[in-house]
Amino acid sequence: MSNRWGLEEMQRVSIDAAGIHYTDLNREIKRAFAAGAREITLTNVLGQRFIADGLRGDVSLIIRGVPGGDLGMFMSGPTCTVYGNSDHASGNTMDAGTIIIHGSSGDAVAHSMRGGSIYVRDNVGYRAGIHMKQYEEKCPVLVVGGSARAFLGEYMAGGLIILLRRGEDGPFSERGIGSGIHGGEIVVRGEISPECLGVGAKVAPASSEDIGRIRPYLERYRAVFGEDSVIQLDGPYTRVTPSSSRPFANKYVWE
Amino acid sequence: MSIGSVPLRYLITMDIDRCMRCGRCIENCPYGVFRREGEQIRVNSRPCTACHRCISQCPRDAISLEERPVDYRSHPVWTTEVREAIYNQARSGKIILAGMGNALPYPIIFDRLVLDACQVTNPSIDPLREPMELRTYLGKKPSRLRFRETPGGDIELATEIAPNLQLETPIMIGHMSYGAISLNAQLSLARAAHETGTFMGTGEGGLHEHLYPYQDRMIVQVASGRFGVDINYLDRGAAIEIKIGQGAKPGIGGHLPGEKVCADVSCTRMIPLGSDAISPAPHHDIYSIEDLKQLVRGLKEATEWKKLVFVKIAAVHNTAAIAAGIARSSADAVVVDGFRGGTGAAPRVFRDHVGIPIEAAIASVDAKLRQQGIRNEVSVIASGGIRESADIAKVIALGADAVYIGTASLVAMGCRVCGACYRGLCPWGIATQREDLVARLDPDEASVQVANLIKAWTLELSELMGAAGINSIESLRGNRDRLRGYLLDDGILKVLDVKPVGA
Repeated sequence: MSNRWGLEEMQRVSIDAAGIHYTDLNREIKRAFAAGAREITLTNVLGQRFIADGLRGDVSLIIRGVPGGDLGMFMSGPTCTVYGNSDHASGNTMDAGTIIIHGSSGDAVAHSMRGGSIYVRDNVGYRAGIHMKQYEEKCPVLVVGGSARAFLGEYMAGGLIILLRRGEDGPFSERGIGSGIHGGEIVVRGEISPECLGVGAKVAPASSEDIGRIRPYLERYRAVFGEDSVIQLDGPYTRVTPSSSRPFANKYVWE
Repeated sequence: MSIGSVPLRYLITMDIDRCMRCGRCIENCPYGVFRREGEQIRVNSRPCTACHRCISQCPRDAISLEERPVDYRSHPVWTTEVREAIYNQARSGKIILAGMGNALPYPIIFDRLVLDACQVTNPSIDPLREPMELRTYLGKKPSRLRFRETPGGDIELATEIAPNLQLETPIMIGHMSYGAISLNAQLSLARAAHETGTFMGTGEGGLHEHLYPYQDRMIVQVASGRFGVDINYLDRGAAIEIKIGQGAKPGIGGHLPGEKVCADVSCTRMIPLGSDAISPAPHHDIYSIEDLKQLVRGLKEATEWKKLVFVKIAAVHNTAAIAAGIARSSADAVVVDGFRGGTGAAPRVFRDHVGIPIEAAIASVDAKLRQQGIRNEVSVIASGGIRESADIAKVIALGADAVYIGTASLVAMGCRVCGACYRGLCPWGIATQREDLVARLDPDEASVQVANLIKAWTLELSELMGAAGINSIESLRGNRDRLRGYLLDDGILKVLDVKPVGA
């Protein structure tokens, strides 16, 4: 029997994380990966931080439980699928790969992320997508099915944030969206209360071209979380972008 | 404009009799001070920054420079600088940015501290004949050693020793990023660090591939912008430094203007060409000492606990307490950057008014860590305003393990401390990305000069130690009895824990 990568059953490994310190857990993961495991299931995860921190390569981690902060930090390549919620700063400075959260995620998810994608089925906390950045072909994407708290996409320098606000009507009214944004874009389903727009951000209805651009991510969201995660595609979308790529250019004068 | 023109800052004069009209001054000045008109070379002093490039290249010594050729009415309160800052801000309504370090004439504590030497009762040591130990290890030291007996009856070490960096001299080169300085400048510093057995910082600009051959001598920086940071970068460095703050601008972030983000800088920092590289004031994942601990551990976890992690903070009022927190965070060293630290660009008001001197900061950090019994948990690195070997001896005697030099290493490459780094036109090829200017700095030569400086200071240090009867840098560390304060007030003497001269 082979799994979805066509690999043999023996390349799947399960690790019981109950009571294991994160350093030992990460060591176990790296050991299993080095031994050829390509799908590693972690059970009984309870608050261990730094899972998959700095992990490189083509490996899938199935995480059952609640991972602690900095899941997938500096990660480059792997896929982490969490069946549960995740704590703060998942995908911190992540380089490549995918994080899928079947639940909600804490504050500062996708912090300084520079590549790969993060899909959160439900909600995210404050400052999601803060200082995401892009370079050439590397363009990080954060897709959130539910809602977000204040300062979404703060200091954003690149990449794409899609906020679907499933089950929410009325304008998005969390403060400081795109505050200090100088690159990238935030696409929000529905309208945005004008007083919530952050400093340096500008807002416009998303064009059909914009919608076309985000459609593959919506389809992936649906594919990942199943048909019951119904997404309303036709609702109006609003796009937040930088009003300048040089937000501080007018603040300073030389001596 | 009712303010009119402010007086010239510098006046360039050409000695027509000496000048041979070779035009080297025209070629060398990127600010456009010189131009040819017929047979003559004409001068416009207005854009001059006193970088001395023209003077250094003139074959006939025909150029002279005078600072402030026009006097304002002298006044102790309304200084020239104060008046001109007001004119600037009355025109612009903006924050003034300035280059290099603190430019106010605060008294320098180093210059009010004197070193000891042996006379009669304990003989001095001659470094010519006796070995002098300047090798320095940075990192955690065990508070005690445990041993066990092997079945064969031997004794072996049971304590696990944390990784340490081995330096052949207590002098390291501080973090100056690619972007702030040129690749040739970084290459020169890297080769010098390699040559002298020490380390240099990358700054927050990533690691250019031309520096990979020297990566074992590089300390890679992770700052709030996380520019150029990925797992490969972390793996390459000999150690990782988290930059929390900088002595030249404590409490605020950094900002590399889009003009300096050329193709190569954009590639190394991993940001689009011409975009501003903005490092915010705080790290977005650090809002407490516990959060800092999490980033320290996040970096260690990513590199399998093989790399040392330094934390750099600006010297501010409560630095000692912060350093104690850092010492408990799994970090291996705390870097304290004093208020005289240099920078390519900082708001003038921060550069001149925020932070405290490195001498007081190091003394209080060392004292606090000793009081709490955790001095062995972290090495202490002093940075910001180290101008000569005597400063190094003094700051080590105040409790530092090693120092970072920054501006001094640039001066060794030709920098004249003109302070116009922010213009991006550094005529010495140091603080610029313009290709023709960068090409002026030859890493083959400049690296030798920087290495020479480090070697010379190391020699001077061993002489100073020998004169004091000390043959190991470890015996100088925190050895305040080797210092006396000269015309320092009681309060400062208490902070430094140093006796006055004569006592």
